[in-house]
Amino acid sequence: MTTVTGQQQAAGPAPADEERPKTALQRLLGAQAVQILGVLLILVILFSIAESDAFLSVNNFRNIVVNVSILAIIGVAMTFVIITGGIDLSVGSVLVFSGVVAAKTMESLGGEGVGVALIGALVACVAGVCWGLLNGVLIAKAKVPPLIVTLGTLGMALGGAQIITGGIDVRGAPTVLTDNIGFGRLFGQIPYLSLIALVVVVLGAVLLHRTRFGRYTYAVGSNDEAARRAGVKVDRHLILIYTLAGFCAGLAGILNLAFFASTTIAGQSNTALNVIAGVVIGGTSLFGGIGTIAGTVVGLFIPAVLQNGFVIMGVQPFWQQVVVGAFLITAVYVDQVRRASAARGASSRRSLSSRFSRPAGARRKEAQ
Amino acid sequence: MTPALEARGLRREFGHVRALDGVDFDVDPGEVVALIGDNGAGKSTLVKALSGSLAVDSGELLSDGRPVTIDTPTAARALGIETVYQDLALAPHLDPVQNMYLGREVMKPGLLGRLGFMDHAEMRKHTRTAFTDLGATVRDFAAPVGSMSGGQRQQIAVARAAAWASRVIFLDEPTAALGVVQTRNVLDLIRRVRDRGIAVVFISHSMPHVIEVADRIQVLRLGRRVATYDAKKTSMEELVGAMTGAISQGAA
Ligand SMILES: Nc1ncnc2c1ncn2[C@@H]1O[C@H](COP(=O)(O)OP(=O)(O)O)[C@@H](O)[C@H]1O
Ligand SMILES: [Mg+2]
Repeated sequence: MTTVTGQQQAAGPAPADEERPKTALQRLLGAQAVQILGVLLILVILFSIAESDAFLSVNNFRNIVVNVSILAIIGVAMTFVIITGGIDLSVGSVLVFSGVVAAKTMESLGGEGVGVALIGALVACVAGVCWGLLNGVLIAKAKVPPLIVTLGTLGMALGGAQIITGGIDVRGAPTVLTDNIGFGRLFGQIPYLSLIALVVVVLGAVLLHRTRFGRYTYAVGSNDEAARRAGVKVDRHLILIYTLAGFCAGLAGILNLAFFASTTIAGQSNTALNVIAGVVIGGTSLFGGIGTIAGTVVGLFIPAVLQNGFVIMGVQPFWQQVVVGAFLITAVYVDQVRRASAARGASSRRSLSSRFSRPAGARRKEAQ
Repeated sequence: MTPALEARGLRREFGHVRALDGVDFDVDPGEVVALIGDNGAGKSTLVKALSGSLAVDSGELLSDGRPVTIDTPTAARALGIETVYQDLALAPHLDPVQNMYLGREVMKPGLLGRLGFMDHAEMRKHTRTAFTDLGATVRDFAAPVGSMSGGQRQQIAVARAAAWASRVIFLDEPTAALGVVQTRNVLDLIRRVRDRGIAVVFISHSMPHVIEVADRIQVLRLGRRVATYDAKKTSMEELVGAMTGAISQGAA
């Protein structure tokens, strides 16, 4: 063997069978978020061809965007949760609970005015934070699985909302809230509801993809033991993330109240599942460690566009559920196949610890 | 010389298995100690206990002669202790740079840093240097380490520990998945780290490597230290004998 210095070894040309760094473009095209964006564009084009007048209008697109807005706010937080390998089933109930306590508070304060609306918003967010904190502490400290904890709080928050209201929706909200946030538009065009959602999406994307908090979110979902050994406060991080999910559900609660002028107690039973479906369709892995906010936004648009397109085409809207279900399964299948092929690649090399079972190619590669 | 790190009478049971049965251990600054023993002797358990990722039932620890508790990885770090675990402990979805700096991210200066923004360029630059020092064969600094070979991942773990260690470094079978050249690089790195005055603890099943690189060799058997040898004055036969219990050394 000739003596090879480290520098030459590192800088030398890669052997043909060695994996080369992928270019930024290759990485981008390989991302599930980008592929699903392609699917979304195809859907839009198909509906546009089929129903160009009704589907392809500013008004209709605005409708779709408004329908996605509230889900997107919860979806941002759900993306963080699922990247850690967790789940939050309670968000729909927490939305209802937050809306109910906000509505009751505003009602008792006289029911009108900017001040009352602001207090209502604050109450909704605090209520959400409390439920999220409870979820987080039970998951991180008591080590109860997230599925069970949030299934429990799903029932508790919804039951709590029904106890407070006697099961009857609180109707009405301050007109400043309904007129501005619920139906108001910036320059008469852009709904404020969607602007708020956009702000949350952008903040969420920056937090996840640009900050240390986001980095730790991936690390915890990827290998929590490795994160712990590297000094990451894993428990604290999980509590923060579930609290964030509660906060977003609370914010969604006050916006929902502004939009419907009702607490919609019976109308949110599928909210958590719809959000989870969007997050997963957008390429976030239920096994943790993988996911993007952009993917979630695209993933939430797919069911919304399908529903809208089917209604316009006069297809029974029930078909939307069938198609979304198929999308969901396909998305998880694709994720599964990727993970399996990645694991195969890694494990056929990992078992090299026993030197003699090493494939000839790998031995040659490392010996040169 | 005062040992950089010393353990006295550590015990740890897993159910009925006595993984550590009153083990003693010590390593001096600027010294390479090889820790050898059969599979299941308790080497990895001892390393975990000394690096804060496993609690012991009893026993005491001394760092530079002062009693210390090392109950968390953060506590170990504060004492300048770094570890390459046998299972590597990398986050497979993160890239080499992100793994290298996990838990010690370099933040941007000023307000941006306080808001949680990281200095990617700085971290990438230093990672590159650390890998070059090791002669590592990691080429793609932006790919998840889970997609890399076992050897490449091992090099990342070794480079990370070597870059951060300031008092003691544990290397638990760091060359098991490595080829000839990379193993050489790790052995060279061990000597360089030792020459920085750092205490190196090297676990390996390769007796030639152990004899080549170590100053002292401590033998574990059934959760106890059964022998300590000067690497210059021992032989492969003696070491294997001590590991299997065929030879016993009176004063371990
Ligand atoms: N987390 C654990 N749970 C149960 N038993 C364990 C655990 N870790 C180690 N052991 C047991 O402790 C003993 C020592 O293991 P280990 O320290 O890994 O040995 P070595 O690294 O010397 O091969 C073995 O009998 C092993 O089965
Ligand atoms: Mg071991």
